[in-house]
Amino acid sequence: MDKKICTYICTGCGIGEALDIEELSGVVTGEMAQECKTHACLCGPEGRAFLENEKKTEGINTFNINACSPRVMQSEFDMGDDTITVRGNLREQVIWVAGDAEEGQEDSHKEWLQETASDYVRMSCTRADKTEMPEAYEMESMNKDILVMGGGIAGITAALEASKAGSKVTIIEKSDVLGGKANGWAKQFPTSYPYAELEENSIATMIAEVEADANITVKISTEVARIGGSPGDFKVTLKAAGTTSEWDAPAKVGVDEQDLIDKGEMEDPNAGLNPYGTANEAADPFGAVVLATGWIPADVSEYEHLGYGTNDKVVTNAEFEAMAKDGKLDGLNKVAFVMSPGSEENDQDFPYANSVTSMVALKQAKYVRENNEDAQAYILYQHMRTPGNMELFYKGVQQDDGIFMTKATVTGVEGGIVHAKDTLLGEDLDLEVDLVVLAAGMVPTTKDENTINLAYRQGPAFLDLDLFDGYADSHFICFPYETRRTGIYACGGVRKAMNMQETIDDATGAALKAIQAIESADRGVSVHPRSGDKTYPEFFMQRCTQCKRCTEECPFGALDDDEKGTPLPNPSRCRRCGTCMGACPERIIGFKDYNIDLIGSMVKAIEVPEDDDDKLRILVFACENDAYPALDMAGMRKHKLNHMIRFIPVRCLGSVNMAWIRDALSAGLDGALLLGCKYGDDYQCHFVKGSEIANTRMANIGDTLSTLGLEPERVRSESVAITDYDKVAEMVNDFVDEIVELGANPFKGF
Amino acid sequence: MTDEQGTSGAILVVGGGISGLTAALEAAEVGNDVFLVEKNAYFGGRVAQLNQYFPKLCPPSCGLEINFKRVKDNRRIRTYTMTSVTAVSGGPGNYEVTLETAPRYVNSNCTACGDCAEACPDEIDNEFNFGMNKSKAAYLPHEMAFPRRYVINKEALSADGAAAVKASCKYGAVDLDMVTDSKTINVASIIWATGWTPYDPTKMDNLKFNESDSIVTNMMIERMAAPGGPTDGKILRPGDNKEPESFAFVQCAGSRDENHLEFCSYICCMATFKQMTYIRERYPDAKIYVFYIDLRTPGKYEKFREKLMKDENSTFIKGKVAEIIPESDGSVTVVAENAVTGEKIKQTVDLAVLATGMQPTLSAEGTPVTLDTDPSGFVNSNPETGVLSAGCACRAADVVTSNQSATAAALKAIQVSRRS
Repeated sequence: MDKKICTYICTGCGIGEALDIEELSGVVTGEMAQECKTHACLCGPEGRAFLENEKKTEGINTFNINACSPRVMQSEFDMGDDTITVRGNLREQVIWVAGDAEEGQEDSHKEWLQETASDYVRMSCTRADKTEMPEAYEMESMNKDILVMGGGIAGITAALEASKAGSKVTIIEKSDVLGGKANGWAKQFPTSYPYAELEENSIATMIAEVEADANITVKISTEVARIGGSPGDFKVTLKAAGTTSEWDAPAKVGVDEQDLIDKGEMEDPNAGLNPYGTANEAADPFGAVVLATGWIPADVSEYEHLGYGTNDKVVTNAEFEAMAKDGKLDGLNKVAFVMSPGSEENDQDFPYANSVTSMVALKQAKYVRENNEDAQAYILYQHMRTPGNMELFYKGVQQDDGIFMTKATVTGVEGGIVHAKDTLLGEDLDLEVDLVVLAAGMVPTTKDENTINLAYRQGPAFLDLDLFDGYADSHFICFPYETRRTGIYACGGVRKAMNMQETIDDATGAALKAIQAIESADRGVSVHPRSGDKTYPEFFMQRCTQCKRCTEECPFGALDDDEKGTPLPNPSRCRRCGTCMGACPERIIGFKDYNIDLIGSMVKAIEVPEDDDDKLRILVFACENDAYPALDMAGMRKHKLNHMIRFIPVRCLGSVNMAWIRDALSAGLDGALLLGCKYGDDYQCHFVKGSEIANTRMANIGDTLSTLGLEPERVRSESVAITDYDKVAEMVNDFVDEIVELGANPFKGF
Repeated sequence: MTDEQGTSGAILVVGGGISGLTAALEAAEVGNDVFLVEKNAYFGGRVAQLNQYFPKLCPPSCGLEINFKRVKDNRRIRTYTMTSVTAVSGGPGNYEVTLETAPRYVNSNCTACGDCAEACPDEIDNEFNFGMNKSKAAYLPHEMAFPRRYVINKEALSADGAAAVKASCKYGAVDLDMVTDSKTINVASIIWATGWTPYDPTKMDNLKFNESDSIVTNMMIERMAAPGGPTDGKILRPGDNKEPESFAFVQCAGSRDENHLEFCSYICCMATFKQMTYIRERYPDAKIYVFYIDLRTPGKYEKFREKLMKDENSTFIKGKVAEIIPESDGSVTVVAENAVTGEKIKQTVDLAVLATGMQPTLSAEGTPVTLDTDPSGFVNSNPETGVLSAGCACRAADVVTSNQSATAAALKAIQVSRRS
């Protein structure tokens, strides 16, 4: 595309009153050598008509709008798919944060404000000049079928729901039958009002539906050896369940470990396996994967006082369910259900329990009663956990005068006697029963096994599993399906102990996400959180030094590499955060509208006055997800910002290349601040690792600065939440004060 | 966003809270056309009022910001605020829906510069903050409001006010002659994501919400704790602005109660633990008493409960609150019986917080059209008819579960579009 650029300065919202627009236009037409026009209200209908006319009659296709924040008026300034729009933020980040002049500084205040605005105009002109039209990535081959791992309720639901939307699905199941845990259920939880009666097990009906569905292929006694490739083009090697294969997914071997292996000092964990990058010609292609491998019953033998494994009167809830299913409840006149191990220290349920185990105890108490109307069931709980409508089921069970329920701390089981204290009966209990059932939890299959078996450079399993006790869960409350492996969506017991209704919803949602990942790959656009973004990182491989930083740091494992360590990008795995770009010391990674040269040039476009301590220049890279909105809000609330600050929005702090900081300081800017999201276990970074990585890099660059004779205090990284809008101005201003204290950058003028 | 007429097979999402946004976005990002209508003047719904989410203690506006960006970037979604569904006819694959948009009195010329609010002499109760402060009659619904466009409450505007507001706008955005606008759209399916409303605390006579400023709801605490809230983040006793030295949380205020909401509202236990962190941050030594029936913090929420229960200045009492008695010094006495010890408890505190339940909005306000609801007022989702429900319109749930259900509803809706 031949770009025809014009810069437009809006004089509305007080911009025209606060700034000398003629002088500002002069910056554009003079030093930036671009055409410049002004308008009283660019976002209004007349402004829009004016811009449309510019496109039509002047052939402008690159619109550099200097007006309000890029966070607002997007559709007003969207001039069509064949155009580029670039924004300069004169309202929120210049005039709204100017504040009032201090006494005696009225003239300087005006001058400073004009300088600030000029710098933002320079930066937006540079951005307009350097931005290229993105073209969506085209996959070499595209497959739209969905692989569902696991043939239990979650897997079957995902397959049926995807099929109903027209997708072709293959279910693989480790065992020799479909149905999973549900095959062992005597009855299932109620799913509709009044939530009073248990329902007949529906798994047989569901299996029949799968078998009748021409879109669904079922492979039993099968598991995944490895999954390579990327959304739209996964290559899946299947194998007979329980066997090993040369295509089993290799473990991740780091550089140091490889050294030891090469020296013969460590056993190669991948001996006999094909390297992760080797393509298996016989692999099956799939577009996306639903992980529904479920859970296994937790081991409760560690609770010695409860006697599981030593006392034959003690069974788990899973075992009791099987007894009920097999009709082996005869002779049980009194059964105790123990829902909490009853420790002195806390009143928790068994590990990996959830509200499901409360529900299971209620269900099983009903089995006892239905089998024998004279039988009695005792439920001993710390907290009866029946949230939502499940409360109604609980209420119904309470009506049964053969089911006794009490809060209790179970202190031990001896033979057929359950000892408990702190009960609602006002006394300690010694309850004589025929059987004791422990409410064991549901351990996700991902806890101890790779399960997903990815043939990725970053290893075969989901990351961060320890943060979620082994559940293949997302860490985002708002975005429960978004894990660090694009195109693979977990559902059901593998990510949380769930009841029937929750499982069905979750699996249906996972099916949607799988379809969406495929459609996005087909369109060549990003999935969450930069959904629809057509840009993707491009690599200038001739200059790659195989340092492996990009492949290591990519939060989403999008980059594989060859034997030499040259990165092999997988654009449909990529979330477009730019962490690879930030990592690359050779500066060879960039996007069409966001790259080292573009941002670097914007930095260089900032005018650096010499010999004036009132005109230091402090660069702030602000994460556009949270920090930048917070700054906008600070503007809206008219918090005054120091006039020496210049903001540049970045996709994620992970994308900030330290070259920008070094170049800024060598160009004479006096300090650099990074504002990004909270990191650590409760991270808020939308790209999971970006802000954490940036923080590490900043610590390192501080050391580099010291060797150059610059104070490491000139650079810093801070965490900002989107709601910190009343604090962020102070945070930034304090940083400026510290730089002022240090004095001007000694490199200035060199 | 686009102004083109949707193709056949479009999906209507009613309600622009977290569930509606999720359903709309997930469907649109597959490639379907979506109409997203919201009755309020802004999107974000109930979660927009929350200070933080449990258990990560992260601000909901962070996820909303991403979702709003997704909406703005997606030409398949058309959004309507201040809009309600008034009629539905037809059947699956081809519903004709009448939408009514109430006058905002501010047109699309608005730049959100704020001059109208500054000029406006008239004030109204700030509904977003549960009436705990005032806003101008020309106002931005809240700080992070999307769309970023002002609203005018014309009824509250004096003649002088009307003139001042109109004169203040340089962009001709104030239009006090705006009238209700009605339009008809054709869609294949409808997702009801109308969410929940805090159960009316005045309905529980024994809790005396109306009789003392020292009795507030948990949603009021959310607003007080929020940085842009009525007290700029301070938790103060309404009325005298006292910094409370003691708090009582009254769990199941309206929930698990046949006379009120028979179901469990799912989130209130976790919400209370979360609000304990708000209190601790502000008042390290304040005494906190939590009166509960059961602590429903299963699964991964257990760690959060465990952490908060270690708090030395907090006491947990298993017992449903029988009564709250307003005292003459402004404090209140919470009366309950400890279910374990049988002891009768009378605890006087500076502020009582009612953990009010979650009433389906369609049950609190009535359904605008005939809908298949259960006796609690939750909408039954029916893939056959293409009338679906998501989030708390469907059942009481937390945000994660709501989003799972909204994502599921999006696929159900797409199935209807693809088979028609």
